[in-house]
Amino acid sequence: MSEAETQEAVPPLVPYLEPNAGKPYIAGSRCEACGHVFVGERQVCAKCTARGKMKPVHIAETGKLYAFTIVERSFPGVQVPFVDVVVDMDDGAHLKGTLLDVEPNPEKIPFDLPVKLVYREAVPINTKGKPYLTYYFVPA
Amino acid sequence: MSNDVYIVGVDMIKFGRYPDRTVPSLAAEAALMALDDAGLGIKDMQALFCGNLGQASGMVGQRLLNEIGQTGIPVTNVANACATGATAFRDAWMSIKAGVYDVVLAVGVEQMGKGLLGGGSNAPSPEGIIGSGTMPAMFAHIGNEHTRKYGTTFAQFARVSVKNHWHSTMNPKSMYRKETPLQEVMASEMIAYPNTKLMCSVNVDGSAAAVLCSEAKVKQLGLMDRAVKVRASEMSSTPFESRQAAMPDFTAATRLAAKNVYERAGVGPDDINLIELHDCFATAEIVHYENLGICADGDAGKLIDSGETQLGGRIPVNVSGGLLSKGHPLGATGIANIYEVATHLRGRAGERQVEGARLGLTHVVGGGPGMGTACAIHILEKV
Ligand SMILES: [Zn+2]
Repeated sequence: MSEAETQEAVPPLVPYLEPNAGKPYIAGSRCEACGHVFVGERQVCAKCTARGKMKPVHIAETGKLYAFTIVERSFPGVQVPFVDVVVDMDDGAHLKGTLLDVEPNPEKIPFDLPVKLVYREAVPINTKGKPYLTYYFVPA
Repeated sequence: MSNDVYIVGVDMIKFGRYPDRTVPSLAAEAALMALDDAGLGIKDMQALFCGNLGQASGMVGQRLLNEIGQTGIPVTNVANACATGATAFRDAWMSIKAGVYDVVLAVGVEQMGKGLLGGGSNAPSPEGIIGSGTMPAMFAHIGNEHTRKYGTTFAQFARVSVKNHWHSTMNPKSMYRKETPLQEVMASEMIAYPNTKLMCSVNVDGSAAAVLCSEAKVKQLGLMDRAVKVRASEMSSTPFESRQAAMPDFTAATRLAAKNVYERAGVGPDDINLIELHDCFATAEIVHYENLGICADGDAGKLIDSGETQLGGRIPVNVSGGLLSKGHPLGATGIANIYEVATHLRGRAGERQVEGARLGLTHVVGGGPGMGTACAIHILEKV
């Protein structure tokens, strides 16, 4: 099975992740009135209240780390530690996620670290082993 | 006669774990304590405003009246995240301000399990895969943002817990009453960096209640000897913040409510003698120093280091022990904070008394990922 087929076979973990036949992207909306870029689809701009101005966009694939934490305690079954980050994407969107391939040590995680999105399968703790398509961040 | 509103009775139960009690019974206990403090009975109350989150659809206010007297008064049940109790109090205040009633009861109550908050959905859990939805992680981001902007250190955040745990040793109604030196706070189990276990608020059961009264009624009943004036009451929800979907905002909402409450009261942060603010995590107290204007932006780390926010300092914060040690029964917290400040303004706070307290401020702010924020701030004044 090709990678594309594998990714198509599993549903996305969150509604704003568009599987797109093996070429996943984060779905977003850009307000043509104020320019704000939102993650996910929406109809009205929460920033400027404009109606009918939302244009669907693909969220940028790269960005810079804004803030992080290293989660050492989570719900039963969740592998810890993991690095939970807020990323300022290069198109102005803001996206939360898990950052892979860094040492979970606050001294080793610089602010503004350039990161990029990767798309992989993962098994949530409450799906009885059923995998879902998700995204992660890795250093760019 | 002014249309000012006064608290004439206020109390809280000792926060703790009461697994064998019911939510209405916890609420009833605080309600009777507040009524006794006012020297009034449930028959004197014209309306009840009851805050609870865990049984938000469970008619807790009516069940409370079933325990202490079904007088037929209107009941409003309120749920508004960590601002639930304060929202019930504010609704009670508004009902008198509007002239509809002249003496009403506000109650906040919560019965909680132990453990992490932030889960609880049937959808596939993104926990660990797309960051964390836990409260400690959310408030870790908020602290980390402060570090990013101003270089605030792990030790500075930890010092908040040292201070509030020390304060709680003087509060007989606190869940915990144990000093925790800095080394112990920093070395306790890491939950989400920089928040260690001792830097997370305690999930407890609790209840608190207040009797509110119009000025005319206070005078008619002869209760001015125990009254505390509600100088101002303000609430906000999150004004748009660009990162709010990735990182829930508690700052913009607090700043908006703070600006409005100071304006409404006609005072500034320098006029306030003590504050009970929403220290759900140690990182939160640091950012709220700036959000409430008790120091300049960027100076909160220096402020905690200076000792000015501990008992005896310039502006004591969370002398009750705060959510970190006294405990955080979500729906009760907002009224418990009001109890604490009112107790100081009445000069009845015992060994933790803030001497000469004339004006005090209470702050709660709550919300969650993708939900937005509820913030409530009250300024109370000695009569
Ligand atoms: Zn807009």
